[in-house]
Amino acid sequence: MRITLEDVCQSYDSFEVLRNISFTAETGEVLALLGPNGCGKSTLIKTVCNVKPAFSGSVHIDGTNIAAINKKALAKLMAYVPQGTTHSVFSTVYDAVLVGRRPYMEWSYTRNDLRIAAEAMVAMNVGDLADRYVNELSGGQMQRVFIARALTQDPSFYLLDEPTSSLDIRNQLDTMRIMNEIVKGRGSGMIVALHDLNLALRYSDKVLVMKDKGVYAFGRPEDVITERTIREVYGVDAEIVEGKHGKYIQPYDRSDAGLCIS
Amino acid sequence: MVKELTESEMLMEAQQTSLYDILRNKVSYDGLEGLYIVTVRKRVMFILGLLVLTIVASLLALGIGSVDIPVTDTLKVIGHQLSPSSIPGPENEWYSTIILKSRMPRILMALITGISLAISGVIMQGLLRNPLVSPFTLGVSSAASFGAAMTIVYAPSIFGSFYYGGVMILGQDIIFRNILLILFSFLFGLASVMLVIVVSGRGDASRSTVILAGVVISYLFQAGISFAKYISDDEALREITLWLMGGMWGVTWSSVLILIPIVAVGFILMEKLAVDINTLSTGDDVASSLGVNVSKLRNRGLALSALVTSACLAFTGIIGFIGLMAPHICRIFIGNDTRYLMPAAALMGALILLVSDTVGRVIIRPSQLPVGVIMYIIGGIFFMWLITRKNWRNMA
Repeated sequence: MRITLEDVCQSYDSFEVLRNISFTAETGEVLALLGPNGCGKSTLIKTVCNVKPAFSGSVHIDGTNIAAINKKALAKLMAYVPQGTTHSVFSTVYDAVLVGRRPYMEWSYTRNDLRIAAEAMVAMNVGDLADRYVNELSGGQMQRVFIARALTQDPSFYLLDEPTSSLDIRNQLDTMRIMNEIVKGRGSGMIVALHDLNLALRYSDKVLVMKDKGVYAFGRPEDVITERTIREVYGVDAEIVEGKHGKYIQPYDRSDAGLCIS
Repeated sequence: MVKELTESEMLMEAQQTSLYDILRNKVSYDGLEGLYIVTVRKRVMFILGLLVLTIVASLLALGIGSVDIPVTDTLKVIGHQLSPSSIPGPENEWYSTIILKSRMPRILMALITGISLAISGVIMQGLLRNPLVSPFTLGVSSAASFGAAMTIVYAPSIFGSFYYGGVMILGQDIIFRNILLILFSFLFGLASVMLVIVVSGRGDASRSTVILAGVVISYLFQAGISFAKYISDDEALREITLWLMGGMWGVTWSSVLILIPIVAVGFILMEKLAVDINTLSTGDDVASSLGVNVSKLRNRGLALSALVTSACLAFTGIIGFIGLMAPHICRIFIGNDTRYLMPAAALMGALILLVSDTVGRVIIRPSQLPVGVIMYIIGGIFFMWLITRKNWRNMA
């Protein structure tokens, strides 16, 4: 499956959020969205899955305009996990994960639905929380529950908005690795908004860097994530260091280098 | 004290419960499916238990009142009605009259009203993702009452003899007055829900905003009711005042027979929305990405709940808090899956209202206390407990 965006613009009321975004994402690949806070990553993800239809421009899935695809059919193609959750979900973890089967069911869950949900919970390491209430969980546990729900949806594409933001370092790595394995193993695709450039460097196949509501750069992570990009997009000086386990980014504060503004 | 791990220790710990192992079936998940099936079984048992309790309570309630009737005679009356040839009626012929003419419609009304308020509570709480909303807190009750009050005051002069006319359905007189009452209660009930949505912004407005909007709208319609009282003549004033207290005394078979199909159809349609309402618990955006048309679902669900509550309240007057109490009590036992919560809360609501009404009938007998008054007392205490619960305070 291939998702193509052409000249997508987006706005909230009269406030422009995205400007002329074009790119292509394919199954079998992890595409990382990078950019500073408020650059429109979340809005872009919502636009891709048609939760917020594009103001202008178009989103195509294998050549079909997304607006022409039935909502339920689209739900089988794409799973969306928003950033954090502002409200608590007052239901058990199992119920919250099973919700992902909505596109496939009418009123009751089959044994198969239960199995898929169980597998997803175990994969995201929340199996032992199955009968706990979601609102009693920690932020990191909740986030894993919501990713498990996306796995339960069994889509061709995963759209994750900062899935690792409230996870500890172990769960960050585990989550990225497992999603990577699913993408490679099942031939799914993933578009993931990330703040951690190191995770993007390690786990993505392509990177889209956003700046000022538009695309700054799009390409392979080692080509795109450079010291210059980091400086121009984030306004941060950083060094890309060749470590024992591959490249990693070491940002440093300007004051460290004796460039203290005051 | 935080223990510092060496690199090799960290590596070891990471390997012990690596997600890889789990994915590769090294950890069993058979138990999890079993867990869910057990959960569902528990939920169904809870619902069946409530059903049995409600039936028993109804039978007992039929027997008690200003005249106490033994349970065996109550059963005889019902049995005789169902199968006149095989089961003889009770020896006291007037037992039949009391039960069939007076108590049975009243008890059915309590059950139907309890059901409708409780399912509306479940639906509203699910649709607005707000544990504090209910027909009462959103102002639907006041609005519906206003509609009914206006009907009582104005309809006789506008519609004339038509108002008191009726048609025979199933051997019962269906009076046009009752149909008008339902119609106008519903129209105003619906208007109040729409107003709450508009005033509070959108469906996912913050919890307190929605409640405040509900309170404001409630006051508006209560002012309207006061106005209706002020301009009404003595007879209408008495009727309105009595009926506003929230009671089951004026209930006839005619009103019960209109309500049964409305609430039954409402329940079935709401139950059909239950799966979609479950998806809403994850937020509007996720629900939408799961293929649910959120605004359509919200409008449809709120209109349905306005319909069933307004229709019942048109006859009983304002009865508060059932829509909050029944769903929350059930949630403690069976969780928040709307598919199961709806029938459970329906029965719980029916049971609470039936018990309260029966208590009201006997506590100062031979006189009666309006059930609305009892519900205000129990419900008020419950509501205070609810808003101080840590669990929900965190959710605001």
